Parts: sequence; structure tokens; C-alpha cells
Amino acid sequence: MTEDERRIKTDVVIIGAGPVGLFAVFELGLLDIRAHLVDILDRPGGQCAELYPEKPIYDIPALPIATGQELTDRLMTQIAPFNPVFHLGQSAEKIEKNPDGSWRVTTDHGTVLDAPALVIAAGGGSFTPKKPALAGLEAYEGTSVFYAVRQIESFRNKTVLIAGGGDSAIDWALTLAPVARRIALVHRRDEFRAAPDSVGKMRALVAEGKMDLHIGDLAGLSGADGVLSCVSIRPREGDAFDVKCDRLLAFYGLTMKLGPLADFGLELKDNLIPVDTEKFESSTPGVFAIGDICTYPGKLKLILSGFHEAALMAQAVFRLVHPDKKLRFQYTTSSSDLQKKLGVEKPPDRV
Amino acid sequence: MKIILIEKDGTERELEAVEGWTAMEILRDYGVGGIKAECGGALACATCHVYVDPAWVDRIPAPREEEREMVEDHAMDVRDNSRLSCQIVLTEEMDGLRLHMATNPE
Repeated sequence: MTEDERRIKTDVVIIGAGPVGLFAVFELGLLDIRAHLVDILDRPGGQCAELYPEKPIYDIPALPIATGQELTDRLMTQIAPFNPVFHLGQSAEKIEKNPDGSWRVTTDHGTVLDAPALVIAAGGGSFTPKKPALAGLEAYEGTSVFYAVRQIESFRNKTVLIAGGGDSAIDWALTLAPVARRIALVHRRDEFRAAPDSVGKMRALVAEGKMDLHIGDLAGLSGADGVLSCVSIRPREGDAFDVKCDRLLAFYGLTMKLGPLADFGLELKDNLIPVDTEKFESSTPGVFAIGDICTYPGKLKLILSGFHEAALMAQAVFRLVHPDKKLRFQYTTSSSDLQKKLGVEKPPDRV
Repeated sequence: MKIILIEKDGTERELEAVEGWTAMEILRDYGVGGIKAECGGALACATCHVYVDPAWVDRIPAPREEEREMVEDHAMDVRDNSRLSCQIVLTEEMDGLRLHMATNPE
């Protein structure tokens, strides 16, 4: 991909592809505003997809019950006519104002997006890996301790200890097994909440002596100059023991942190972005905030509040994106113009 | 009814509790630092981890299998008295329940 291909000009960049960011695409789309979305997760849905895909939500208007995943799927269907472009698995690292007054968002993958308006729908912040509570951990992060695999090759001929009991831990143990010198898996209990087929494969490798499995808690790290030499494991009973390794991969799930947003230069109040309740614009003109990340008197952290905020934000963004056009408020029930945008082939017969 | 939260530095806080609510909801309502409760009680994040005072462990209903797995897989510094406060539904008998702040992600 060339530099130019990664430089994208659009109408709005939405940071966060949770339910509120997704519905914003709809409200913006009705007003002929094209949106690109950036999200650190590898799929849309935000907390709904990451934290409770199978748990029911009961307070979405007109949907008496929907799981987090169903809500996400329905929103994806609803916004499909507007062809939103997703930049997933990427973190919005930096925002800057361009000389022409538009905003530039740069992601950690080097994607550069320019747009007259920026909408922050980042919920509780970025999902980031949970870190084990180990003394001196920071000294090894990025050199010997990792929370994700970016390049399989970097694990070639390494002695790798993988911590965790879910799909990520098991899948990476299996994937890295042919590449690494030796793989050891460490988990707090001898049960794994991962795809049974993968667990079976892992068990077979352990039985054949091709992989090690330790049951216990990570207790300490040793090494020098950021290079790990061994990890101490404390079993449920008995004394701690050392496992020699030069890489530790920890998969303990994700937690939300404000992340790079903290350094965007926006006004923050208790890690939230204060907005006005007419436009949902922050104190930085052209930067809007909706959903759980925004705050104003009376704010409720509900998905339905975020939907309302998205609708009002879209009206304000229209004036920035289409300054020369007149905003006409229309209803999807009766406007043939809106129905055309939504791809409704033939409006239902009027009664 | 009341529940007592013991902070890591030993400070005790008496919190007005409501029967039928979960301990997490009370902690969150008081804005207790260290209880993120990200998933809102969906048993999906283990960020409302507490240690139940040893004197109380046998006086409250034991964790369900689902909670035990979540604690084992996702909580930090897990101990025998580790619980997810979102799974402790307060009843009249729990008046005076003592909970110690556990290690949670920052």
C-alpha cells in the first residue's frame, strides 16, 4: 500500500465502532455525510461485542430483548446502505488540525484520515490487554513480554511461555508450536475455556511431550536488560518453580483504558469529554463526542442516550461538511429522498 | 443495611446498601476507586473483584461455576476468598458484610 492510498479524505471520522458510533453512521448518512470508523477491536460492536455478545440487553427502544451481538448485527444491517468504511484493529493515536481547518486522524497502523469533522464515540476508552501483576514487568514489555502476536517470525526458535486459558492462549500455543523452539502453557487451573477441538490438539501435543503445561499462577520474572530468562510459577499447593523462557505471551483478556485519547489535547473532566447538549461538540470546535465518553449535566450512560446524541451531532456536522447546503429535516417514513438513500426500492403504498 | 469495604491501606468504609442489589452496584454507586465493573454485571470482565472477609465466606452463597471460571481466568491475584462483587446479591442476612479491595486492572 502506498502512502497515498493510506491517506483518505472523507466527511467524518468516527473513533469507536460501538453501537453509538455505528448508529452515528446512520444519522450522518441520512444527511449525505460519509463516515470512516476506527476501532481498536478487530470487529464492530465495541463493548457489546467484546464484553457481552451473548448477554441480553433489555432497554433498547422497541427491542424488548437483544444480545450485544444481535444489537451490533442489526445496526450493521441498518447502516449498510451508507457503506461505512471500517479501519479495525487500529488505534487512533493522534489528532491534529490541518491548515484548512479540517482534522487529521492518524492510526497506529499508519492510516491517515482527513475530514472536516471528528466524532469521538469511544465509550470507556480503548480495550487494552490486562497485564499480570508482576514486579518489574515494564522492563520486559515490548522486548520479552507481549500481549499480542504481531509477527509470528519474531517467535522463531524462541522458548515461549504462554499464559491464559482462553482461545487466544490456546490458539497461539498451537500456531507458534511449529515455529518456536519450545512452547509452555501456564494456566491457573487444568480446565480451558476455549474451542474443544483446539484444547484437544493442545492436550495431544502435551501428551506427546511436544508442549509443556503448567498449572499455577505467574509469580515473578527474572532476566536482565529487558531480556527474560525465566518465569516463576506458583502452583496452588507446594513451592514455586521456575520455567526457562525468553518470551512471555500473556492473554488475560482486555480492559478499558482511556488510551491515546488522553493526549488528544481535548478538555477532559474525570476522563470524559464535556459537550454541549445542542451539538454534542467538545470545547474544541469540529470535534464532537457522543455515547459513554461524553458528559453533560444529566448524562446517562445508556445506549439509547448515545443514539439521541448521534442524531443531534449529525445535524451540527452537516453544517460543517455541507456549509453551502440548506438542512431540511425529513422523516424516513415519508421522505422519498431518504428512502432512496436507504435503498428502499418502492415506497409502500400510502394509506 | 450496610456493607463494609476495607481499602488496601486498611481504611474501612461503611456503605449504605440495599437488599436485592449486588455488592458491585453499591460499590459503583459510591464511586469506589478500583471497581471498574466494565461489563456492568454481565459476568464478562472480572473488574469488580473483591476478597470476602474470611469471617463471611461461609455466610454468603458460594459462587456459581460460571463466576468461579471467570475469576480463575480473568481476575488478578486470585485467592480462595476471591469473588466478583457483581455476583453477590445482598440479602438481609448480609447486613455488615465485610469486603476487602482486591487487585483489579487500573
